Amino acid sequence: MLMTERDRLAKEIKALADRLGHNRTSLVPMLQEVKRKYHRLDSYAMQVIADEVGIHPVEVHSVASFYAFLGDHQQGKFVIRLCRTISCDMRDKDRVARQLENDLNITFGQTTPDGKFTLEWANCMGMCDQGPALLVNNHVFTKVTPEQVHEILEECRSAFGQHAMERKEVHLA
Amino acid sequence: MNSIPTFSSMTPEAGLKKAMELSRPDIIAEISASNLKGRGGAGFPTGVKWNFAASAHADRKYIVCNADEGEPGTFKDRVILQEYADLVFEGMTIAAKAVGAKEGILFLRGEYTYLRPHLEAVLQRRREAKLLGPEVLGAVFPFDIRIFMGAGAYICGEETALIECIEGFRGEPRNRPPFPVNTGFLGRPSVVNNVETLAWAACILQRGADWFKSHGTEKSTGIKIFSVSGDCEKPGIYEFPLGISVLELLKKVGGEHARAVQIGGASGLCVPASEFHRAIAFEDIPTGGSVIVFGPQRDMLEVLHNFLEFFVDESCGQCTPCRLGNRKLLEGVEMLQAGTCSMTYLRELCALGESMQLASKCGLGQSSPSAFLSVVKHFRDELMGRVTLPTHG
Amino acid sequence: MSNPNPLDLDIARRAPTSQRAQTIAATASAQAIGGHVSLTIDGQPVKVPLGTTILEAAKTIGAHIPTLCHHPDLCVAGVCRICSVEVEGMRTLQAACAFPVTAPIHVHTHTRKVRQARRHIVDLLLSDHYGDCYTCKRNNNCELQSLAQEYAVDFFRFGHPEKPRHTIDTSSYSVVRDLDKCVLCRRCVRTCIDLQEVGTIEVLGRGDQSHIKAFQDKPLGDVVCINCGQCINRCPTGALHAHDDTDEVWAAIDDPKKHVVIQTAPSPRAAIGECFGMPPGTPLTFQLNTALRRAGFDRVFDTNFSADLTIMEEGTELLFRLKKALLLREPAAFPQFTSCSPGWVKYLEHFYPEYIPNLSTAKSPQQMFGAVIKTYYAQKHGIDPKDIVTVALMPCSAKKFECNRPEMDASGFKDVDYGLTTRELARMIRESGIHLPDMPKSDFDQPFGTATGSGVIFGATGGVMEAALRTVLEVVTGKPVEALFENANIQPVRGFEGVRYVELPIDEVGPVPDLFKDHVPHWNFLKGQTLKVAVAHGTANAKKVMEDIKRGGQFSKCHFIEFMGCPGGCLGGGGQPIPTTPEIRKARAAAIYSEDADYQIRKSHENPDVMRIYNEFLTDGPCSHRSHELLHTHYVVRGKYIE
Repeated sequence: MLMTERDRLAKEIKALADRLGHNRTSLVPMLQEVKRKYHRLDSYAMQVIADEVGIHPVEVHSVASFYAFLGDHQQGKFVIRLCRTISCDMRDKDRVARQLENDLNITFGQTTPDGKFTLEWANCMGMCDQGPALLVNNHVFTKVTPEQVHEILEECRSAFGQHAMERKEVHLA
Repeated sequence: MNSIPTFSSMTPEAGLKKAMELSRPDIIAEISASNLKGRGGAGFPTGVKWNFAASAHADRKYIVCNADEGEPGTFKDRVILQEYADLVFEGMTIAAKAVGAKEGILFLRGEYTYLRPHLEAVLQRRREAKLLGPEVLGAVFPFDIRIFMGAGAYICGEETALIECIEGFRGEPRNRPPFPVNTGFLGRPSVVNNVETLAWAACILQRGADWFKSHGTEKSTGIKIFSVSGDCEKPGIYEFPLGISVLELLKKVGGEHARAVQIGGASGLCVPASEFHRAIAFEDIPTGGSVIVFGPQRDMLEVLHNFLEFFVDESCGQCTPCRLGNRKLLEGVEMLQAGTCSMTYLRELCALGESMQLASKCGLGQSSPSAFLSVVKHFRDELMGRVTLPTHG
Repeated sequence: MSNPNPLDLDIARRAPTSQRAQTIAATASAQAIGGHVSLTIDGQPVKVPLGTTILEAAKTIGAHIPTLCHHPDLCVAGVCRICSVEVEGMRTLQAACAFPVTAPIHVHTHTRKVRQARRHIVDLLLSDHYGDCYTCKRNNNCELQSLAQEYAVDFFRFGHPEKPRHTIDTSSYSVVRDLDKCVLCRRCVRTCIDLQEVGTIEVLGRGDQSHIKAFQDKPLGDVVCINCGQCINRCPTGALHAHDDTDEVWAAIDDPKKHVVIQTAPSPRAAIGECFGMPPGTPLTFQLNTALRRAGFDRVFDTNFSADLTIMEEGTELLFRLKKALLLREPAAFPQFTSCSPGWVKYLEHFYPEYIPNLSTAKSPQQMFGAVIKTYYAQKHGIDPKDIVTVALMPCSAKKFECNRPEMDASGFKDVDYGLTTRELARMIRESGIHLPDMPKSDFDQPFGTATGSGVIFGATGGVMEAALRTVLEVVTGKPVEALFENANIQPVRGFEGVRYVELPIDEVGPVPDLFKDHVPHWNFLKGQTLKVAVAHGTANAKKVMEDIKRGGQFSKCHFIEFMGCPGGCLGGGGQPIPTTPEIRKARAAAIYSEDADYQIRKSHENPDVMRIYNEFLTDGPCSHRSHELLHTHYVVRGKYIE
């Protein structure tokens, strides 16, 4: 039987709901899981999730659009979040920001055309004594300098190359 | 690691074992006697909170640990979870016994996802040691804890917004009353406590209310964990008794030449050097732990801009004063930076700040004007008639 | 704390808790005796049941507290903060609409802080509200405008937008959205998700980037929307309004070649007085006839006529289904659902398309009338149908969608050209310089001038059912309905309860009337049967009934169910005057039922004009081939998935 992408997604979402429960308290964990795997909460996914949880699609979209880590836009394999709150700001996060934009050739809010990197701002991530801080997916980097930006990106690129065949989350050293 | 010596000095599970021997009212009495107040910033008396929940009648109750630490400059809960997770879980278990809950939820902010494997491992270890599970320490007392990941919203640090998030809604704070201890998660009585508060509760059961009261002031008993950052020599985690003066703290962290200190994060107070004699305590300048030091070179308007940008981004948007008011305050700061703000309009914005403090639906809108008002009050001579344009983009 | 729930709906289910009424555990203060609590409002003492909100307590003594996001039909939100009041001993102001009184408190409703806060809130809303009152549909009937006046706004303290920030969404036939005027009170969201359970719009985004949008920010015409317009009725400003067809209707009136015919429905007639300052429930049916002619309409007809026609067609359809199931022992789709509410029809097409066979194939009265006017009437009066413009005055916004459904062209032309809402027509009448209540009364035009009480009650929930039963019961039992129900008022199907279920035992049957003699040999297959019927209004209740049917519950055993898309029935429709409250709808219902009582003829099958049309035109009788061509329709499987 040939399974289309949509069918596979729907099957996974149903399995997720079977495991977590077919009610609203499962909504945020389901959205997180689908986002993590597919890097996007698209229209079809939201409608299937809405059905499984028993609410309307626009309610799912409403919840997704509220949280910074969810949203409805396509994101890259690596989401880079640079803290812009005061303590990191006082430690020259602007220079790190500028270097990120230079090295990725995109501005904040955008995704690279090859789908590898998304660059976003974040608000205080609790690393205030070791700023500037940034998150790459769930890995945190502290005391980041503009020179280190390139190394961080290279680590991501090489890790991606190694695991390209597998849809696994990359754990950086 | 030994970031918090008092926590390191605690005997593991001694508080829980003591609590297992006490009746529910006695546990609550001990916490009440200690006068422990919430360590997340709001400072609500913990004993009173546990008592409300214990007295409520319901088929289920919940203990929720608020680890959605998002106040700018706050990182003490991260350290407590990294190094003293057992103490926090012990505190949750004690609360569960006191209140009559069987389920505990740790709401962990999404930005701390890298802590999750460690915390799950701690929980698993506790289950194996019968510190969690169907019969905690062999008694007829089932209690287990699950972790719920936040999804990137500062407002979920507000207890009712946190509950909304777990229920699968937008993180929009609820109308209060009723309060979570009465009507919380899924309408059930829920105790929502900060990470540090629960850790202290475990310490109090172990060492006693009198020990706790021997530190701090009469109205602000005990020790507080601080996270210090900014223009100082030794940023990091500190523990001080409440009541310490701003100057004393600055000396300890190597920041006594500061022109101002932000106590309580972006929603706190901007304390100028002239007021460094004041005490950090609930009765004077309260904080959830955040202390940000501003050196002599800092432009307070830029600092204010950073704070208001934060609030504009993090406001949930449901109530008019906060949704639209924060934007107006931010625009006002930009006008000041551009040198285009009239004194009349500045006064209007200050009045708006007062209305926001009174009419907003939750603490975010009620406290976001504080930074604005305190900067305008203490640094007025730097605000007007500027000729340089802002440099940030 | 209880939020009064006049529509008997379980509104706590869907709204986020922050917008829901909460319950208070009985932790009563020592001074709260017997479940009551005393408080003072501006020094005035008042005693209320424990848990009453400050706003409700204020209403009992006539103390005015302004509101914006509050609405009597909806759950509490507490988001606009306009109703802020000072409570002694509390540092922050409290939202009167959301604060339950559980202990004696002292409330002050207009201290300096309160007045300043309210003024600031209005100023903030105006700083985000593009557009001026002159060009707005809600000029003079806008809650933001009223607040600005009440709080003496005389300058834009925080500015006023110079340019629009959104494009107006005109993709729907029925509902137009103008986000620049939205004050984010969320009444529309609570209406659509909680009250109606359709779930078309919600808040997307966060902070001051929050906007009320449809799924994926698509235009309304591209998502699942049933056009019921309940959101329009509850919007305090001009952010939502019905699609306006008045310019086109004026153009037709002004064109001397066009024969412009208007049919008026009972619900608008019971409510249009509200647009002219009359109290709700003042019927102006016959004054309206005069006003319409003076405004330039060539003929004024009574939709009640076609309501009677609908009863004939749909009642016959029901009897034929019963015959099929009980006499011929063949499968037939039960329960039969009414189909005159286009909001309900679209709801079923989206959410329960597998039940399309259950829908009656009869068109709504509006559409039947259109088909009849451009065939029977045109022929009888020698008018070329292409020069006829049929306009329908409806309480309904979904009718605008309905008359544009591609299959609604049985006459060979678009059967109904325009559906006008009560509000649009009130404007046209005012534009003609007419003050409606002052008009002399005049009758409807022939040949559709006779109506019955049965037709009138279509406007209320339970009305279609009652009209159908008056005919069906008489036709089957041979007894007058007055023998079964006093004054032919079938009380069990009346009222505002969300879902009503009634059993009607048929103990005796009578002879088959001439109209049916060719199709039904006798009524014996109904003898001893119990006719089970139900009535539901508002799509949330429709959903309850449909889910019960799916589960094989009580309602799956019904024979006939009346569904109305709007709470209250058509009298609460999306085209009716604004505002709407449970009291207003009750008053409109009272007007409708008292009109019914005044009619000489109260049963559809006794309407001589209806009999004439079967004698002269639809000579094979109801549900015949000819009737099917003109007066029946088919439906579309729409589903709910959006691409």
